[in-house]
Amino acid sequence: MIASHRQPGFVAALLHRLSGVALAVFLPLHFLALATALRGADAMDRLLAITQTPVLKFAEVALVLALAMHMTLGLRVLAIEFLPIRERTAAAVSLSLAAAVAIGLVFLLNVG
Amino acid sequence: MLFVAQRATAFVLAFAVAVHLATIIYAERGGLTAAEILARTQGNGWFLALYLVFVTAVAIHAPIGLRNVVREWSRWRADSLDLALAAFSILLLILGVTATLAMFIP
Amino acid sequence: MLQVEVWRGAERGRFQTFQVARREHQTILDVVTDIQREQDPTLAYRFACRVGMCGSCAMTVNGRPRWTCRTRVAVVIGSGDRLRLEPLRNFTVVKDLAVEMTDFFDKWRTAEGVFHSERTRADDFAVVPPASPQRQAADAGIECIGCGVCYAACDVVSWDRDYLGPAALNRAWTLVNDVRDGRRAPRIRAVAASSGCQACHVHMSCTAFCPKGIAPTYAIAGLKRAMLAQALGRSG
Repeated sequence: MIASHRQPGFVAALLHRLSGVALAVFLPLHFLALATALRGADAMDRLLAITQTPVLKFAEVALVLALAMHMTLGLRVLAIEFLPIRERTAAAVSLSLAAAVAIGLVFLLNVG
Repeated sequence: MLFVAQRATAFVLAFAVAVHLATIIYAERGGLTAAEILARTQGNGWFLALYLVFVTAVAIHAPIGLRNVVREWSRWRADSLDLALAAFSILLLILGVTATLAMFIP
Repeated sequence: MLQVEVWRGAERGRFQTFQVARREHQTILDVVTDIQREQDPTLAYRFACRVGMCGSCAMTVNGRPRWTCRTRVAVVIGSGDRLRLEPLRNFTVVKDLAVEMTDFFDKWRTAEGVFHSERTRADDFAVVPPASPQRQAADAGIECIGCGVCYAACDVVSWDRDYLGPAALNRAWTLVNDVRDGRRAPRIRAVAASSGCQACHVHMSCTAFCPKGIAPTYAIAGLKRAMLAQALGRSG
């Protein structure tokens, strides 16, 4: 692996990018699922029941993690671009990821 | 230009996503039924306003992000890419507004 | 003995392994020079000052772009014995370890990294307080010697060959902050073009690897802010 790919900034950018793509792919499905409410609460409940399978439950946690991660790493980018503070890259990346995982865990513990 | 739109919607989404995450975590404790969700969203003017803004911001932010990914990680750079992403943006907007209205209108 | 794998050829080629005696305080430049003078005179590589002032000797050492003259072997491999020397990434290879720098410097011009004076000899001297925020911002980036390490480190340059790159953008930022310069608006337009400053995704490898401690990431962030200000119709 080349040195630039071992940099924390690259890891951050890669996770930011991959989580973004995952969210973009998922979003139309999410909207479609919510739109079942048009056919009444029962229709929506039936869809929600399908999403309780282990695979989809795992995917749901993964997506919440992706959203939290994309947000925290995005905030890191905005901070670098707009704030006058000089960051310590590794620390900032770790902090962003830790915050994202924390959010994911809170979700998991409340919902699982 | 696209960069401006991307950063501007990023600021909006930072707020909207924080609210969204907090809401779904809070609301989904102990399981969630459709009736419970809809009880919160139907007729709720705050929900409608916030989520329409959220959906619009996402419909702008996501395709611009994807554009960077595709242009940098593949060879697709022609105008057809921009066209495809514009279509995706419209798709997200339509689906998103539909979903929001579906949950707002009783 | 060091086992030194050296790239031979141009875009296509192969690694050739040499054995070089290990010496105390040895630099990578010492190793390459040893190979070229004692073992294979056909090896092509660059250096000039050999003391970290000219930026000619940059190449990829064990996966990382470095100055060979200021890089100790011991720092790269510790107690190991394998070195891998390649030409800088993102540059066209001329021969072996020497690369074509033309595109790199052309991008400096494209980024309007050229000073334009508004004054004539009839005008008084420009007054530039050294402690002013603008001068400090410029000073943070003017030590760049165009070695190409940041450009080689940048993944966005690899992914988008039109991307102006950290060095050209850093230079543009120093001039945006030079109060004597007269082409601020065209310069910001130049760096705001597609594949300009907006293509930077803040990987920060440039800042991590710059041998002079320059932080192109923050220069590029400054350009992004200037671009936004100009787009939103404000000056400054």
